[in-house]
Amino acid sequence: MSDPIIKTEDLRFSYTAADGESPVVLNGVDLKIEKGSFVAVLGHNGSGKSTLAKHMNAILLPSGGKVYVNGVDTADEAKLLDIRRTVGMVFQNPDNQIVANVVEEDVAFAPENLGVPPEEIRRRVDDALKAVGMYEFREHAPHLLSGGQKQRIAIAGVIAMEPECIVLDEPTAMLDPIGRWDVMRTIKQLNREKGVTVVIITHHMDEAAQADRLVVMAKGRVVADGTPKEVFQDVEGLRAVGLTVPDTIELLWQLRQAGLDVPLDALSDEECAQALKQLLDK
Amino acid sequence: MALKDITLGQFFPGSSPLHRMDPRTKLIGITLYIVALFLAVSFVSYGAMFLVLALLIRISRIPLKSIVRGLKPVVFILIFTALLNILYTPGEHVLAKFWILTITLEGVRTAFFMVVRIMMLISATFLLTYTTSPILLTDGIESLLSPLKKLHVPVHELAMMMSIALRFIPTLIEETDKIMCAQRARGADFETGSLIRRAKALIPLLVPLFISAFRRADELAVAMECRCYHGGEGRTRLRQLKYHRLDRLTIALAIAMCAAIWTLGRFGL
Repeated sequence: MSDPIIKTEDLRFSYTAADGESPVVLNGVDLKIEKGSFVAVLGHNGSGKSTLAKHMNAILLPSGGKVYVNGVDTADEAKLLDIRRTVGMVFQNPDNQIVANVVEEDVAFAPENLGVPPEEIRRRVDDALKAVGMYEFREHAPHLLSGGQKQRIAIAGVIAMEPECIVLDEPTAMLDPIGRWDVMRTIKQLNREKGVTVVIITHHMDEAAQADRLVVMAKGRVVADGTPKEVFQDVEGLRAVGLTVPDTIELLWQLRQAGLDVPLDALSDEECAQALKQLLDK
Repeated sequence: MALKDITLGQFFPGSSPLHRMDPRTKLIGITLYIVALFLAVSFVSYGAMFLVLALLIRISRIPLKSIVRGLKPVVFILIFTALLNILYTPGEHVLAKFWILTITLEGVRTAFFMVVRIMMLISATFLLTYTTSPILLTDGIESLLSPLKKLHVPVHELAMMMSIALRFIPTLIEETDKIMCAQRARGADFETGSLIRRAKALIPLLVPLFISAFRRADELAVAMECRCYHGGEGRTRLRQLKYHRLDRLTIALAIAMCAAIWTLGRFGL
């Protein structure tokens, strides 16, 4: 396997508070994100998942341990632009990420900063807007768009940098169900069709279930790491760190508690229905 | 109160020659027009300037109504200027005398020119903002002021601040609306009572608005850094400003206009 795109080694981080006390947010995180993978980081509020995300493109620097992006230490200030160009970041509130008051101008912001020639910017902007399905809106004013559309513009703004990896910090937290669905579909497409590595920070179980790999965080540590099917089987372990499991698993788990013989790894609705059918057929 | 009606630097999209012109041309043109306005001294030169303005408004296809509407807020200033000029200009041809006040023919003349000058000046600037999108305007200003970079004037930063401010006006207006609704739902009263009472009622509105504006600024700064923003150095632009034939022609005409008005002034016209 090739080198991981992001690697953290015993990553520790604590905020320096004014009163001298420094709450520890990350307490020794070892993580490797492989190129082209789709990773979800799941955790309760205060688990340190957002802080972890901010370390992935040197917005925050570790208090202890190391973070490498493509083998480059994020603490290396001379490589800052390279790191940020490699790992793009999308945040929760789309309004606070959009810089310009025309959609295409906003998408052009990152390539403009990188000094890309104008014709190349044009191509990148058009490609990025097409990739998120917002090309028809290129001359609109962002504030007239819906939350989901704005968030897709924000994603396009990051894609226009042509990053190898995109980190999304709760990108759907402020969106309605339709907006959430649109954004998730866009992210999955980017991963499948363009081979962009995706790290999505979330506390929605259904979003986490769509990833190839699921990392669960609690109290600044990684407490579970595996495919969603593997991770969700530990219903009690997840409950202990304040998380629930998807409804399908919850149902099967309840049935199992009641003494019925059902598998615990039927994650999708179809798989779950199939499992129940088999149970009834017996 | 309908906050959404507030317009700042309103822009009417269109395809007239004035719309298509390079923003720098329009900025230079407006500056020259204002210079010419101050060089004008007589009915002839003012008449000429008026014709130029009328012609430009016609070309821009901006409805006259919107320009007149734009002049409404300055009516008070106009009346005030007119009164001061009428009452305080000394002159030989006394028209009326009343207590310590004297009205002279010269005073009326100066007042008239002053009012016309202000009205034409404002109409001309409206023509600029009505036909130029805020982004292009900012780009134009940045490009025109860029020689000042040598004197360490932060031209790029100023332009960036301006365009971000423009970008956040609708967002903050929406937010104000939301906070007002939330306060009203809890019994706040913004519309009745004395002026002081109403001003006091705004405090619980402004505090959350400011806090959220600071939070937004913080998040925006991080998002900009994530997109590799590192100041104006080495930055390229999607949209390149270019002077075309129309632009060169307009600037030449504007300079000619200035020269003509100046020459007229030399002959006392």
